[in-house]
Amino acid sequence: MAKLCARIGLVIAAGAFLIFAATSGPVSAQRPNPDDPNANAVSEQQLLQQFNRIQGLGTIPDKKSYVIQQPMGRVWRRYHEVWLHWIGAVAALGTLGALLVFYLVRGRVRIQSGRAGINIVRFNAFERFVHWMTATCFVILGLSGLNIIFGKGIILPLIGPSAFSSWTLTAKYAHNFLSFPFTLGVILIFLMWLTGNIPNRVDIEWLKRGGGIVGHKHPPAYRFNAGQKGVYWLVVLGGTAMAVSGYLLMFPFYGTTIAGMQIAQVVHGAFAMLFIAAMLAHIYIGTIGMEGAFEAMGVGTVDLNWAKEHHSLWLDEESARIGPGEMQAQPSATPAE
Amino acid sequence: MARMKFLCDADRCIECNACVTACKNENEVPWGINRRRVVTINDGKPGERSVSMACMHCTDAPCAAVCPVSCFYTTADGVVLHSKDLCIGCGYCFYACPFGAPQYPRVGNFGSRGKMDKCTYCTGGPEPDGSQMQYEKYGANRLSEGKLPLCAEMCSTKSLLAGDSDIIAQIYKDRVAKRGYGSGAWGWQTAYRETIET
Repeated sequence: MAKLCARIGLVIAAGAFLIFAATSGPVSAQRPNPDDPNANAVSEQQLLQQFNRIQGLGTIPDKKSYVIQQPMGRVWRRYHEVWLHWIGAVAALGTLGALLVFYLVRGRVRIQSGRAGINIVRFNAFERFVHWMTATCFVILGLSGLNIIFGKGIILPLIGPSAFSSWTLTAKYAHNFLSFPFTLGVILIFLMWLTGNIPNRVDIEWLKRGGGIVGHKHPPAYRFNAGQKGVYWLVVLGGTAMAVSGYLLMFPFYGTTIAGMQIAQVVHGAFAMLFIAAMLAHIYIGTIGMEGAFEAMGVGTVDLNWAKEHHSLWLDEESARIGPGEMQAQPSATPAE
Repeated sequence: MARMKFLCDADRCIECNACVTACKNENEVPWGINRRRVVTINDGKPGERSVSMACMHCTDAPCAAVCPVSCFYTTADGVVLHSKDLCIGCGYCFYACPFGAPQYPRVGNFGSRGKMDKCTYCTGGPEPDGSQMQYEKYGANRLSEGKLPLCAEMCSTKSLLAGDSDIIAQIYKDRVAKRGYGSGAWGWQTAYRETIET
């Protein structure tokens, strides 16, 4: 009996040992090699999984060089080479297409009651100067920026690497230096038109009626209607985002790392595309889209009937301020349209 | 043709910085630029690890992909080079590079960083091989003379290997098999999307 018990015990023990050996086998295989002097050292995979970058200490003064791997550049590359192209193409071409369809369907927004022949001042010389300074900078910044993204696919094959490189270098300098007057313009626009651009109750009604652009009935508006307020805030906030992200890129490693600059470029590129799309619409409605609109920024005055139809409440204010008799019946200097 | 790569056997790197010095001297690298550097992870702690890093001459290189003027090209040996005549110093390659290889003579100076400089695998640039102009712009062209990059040739522990991918991978595999351990080819997964199976 004792012999049997001992035998059963032996079998159980052997089974337990086998099970133990089977389960512990893979574990012991993963144990560090006793010969490995760096058994406790960090591994590349572990560092990349944990921090998505590998950083240490070096002996040269350039501290940036202490980062030896940052694979995030691959994601940024994908953004820059694929997504940004799509954002740009869809935003810019989409907007152009939408405007074309709108023009064909709706046509030009006319002054319904015709011109009164009386001009009233809408933007003074300083306002127009600031607008056109910012606008000129915007166009050059936009084209030189688009060149950075799309130039190598469109212009490079046409003019060759050498000429394209010279042109792009010039465009880069223009992009960098014109950022200063552009930023100044955005600040001045923010300050000089802030009072007219605080959203109010009239805007809700204006938006409900689609700004009058869809139908033919013009909703009332003060100096700036809800659409113009939208453009204003887009310029102020979008322009600020462009300026901040742009200056971060212009002064590398001032408060940023490579990862920070990748984010700055993502913001800069995406905002730029949306900004360009919005400005295409702004240019459309300020020129061919609406009769009597361009002269407001062109010569500074608008026709009385234009003001009546588009900015009735503003006209009331102006009339109360300067008196209706003061509005001179002067023929339009240049019917800039 | 060969597919030239670097392989840093981190288990052998003793952080002597001879590769850094050799590179600077051989290529007359401009002041403030280091095409190669040695970085120590967990310096001074148990299990510290040193790795020598430079341009890895990536497969499908990100720098080349994002360059707005397409100034990069890959040689028949798989070396990624660029033209300093076409470079506009925009900085995009150094946003994209996973290894911090591209550098500029004047980094803090907005808009005028100068022409980008990086490791050429001691292969010069677009100018005729061995010409003075090529040497002044890009440094030595050892590959055209049948020599490997000096950083790897100088390495005192033969930690840093340069040469055809298959050959240096085999050397590394043999080492790992013999000594029984290896921390892998640092940067290979990121640069070539492959590691060395040991």
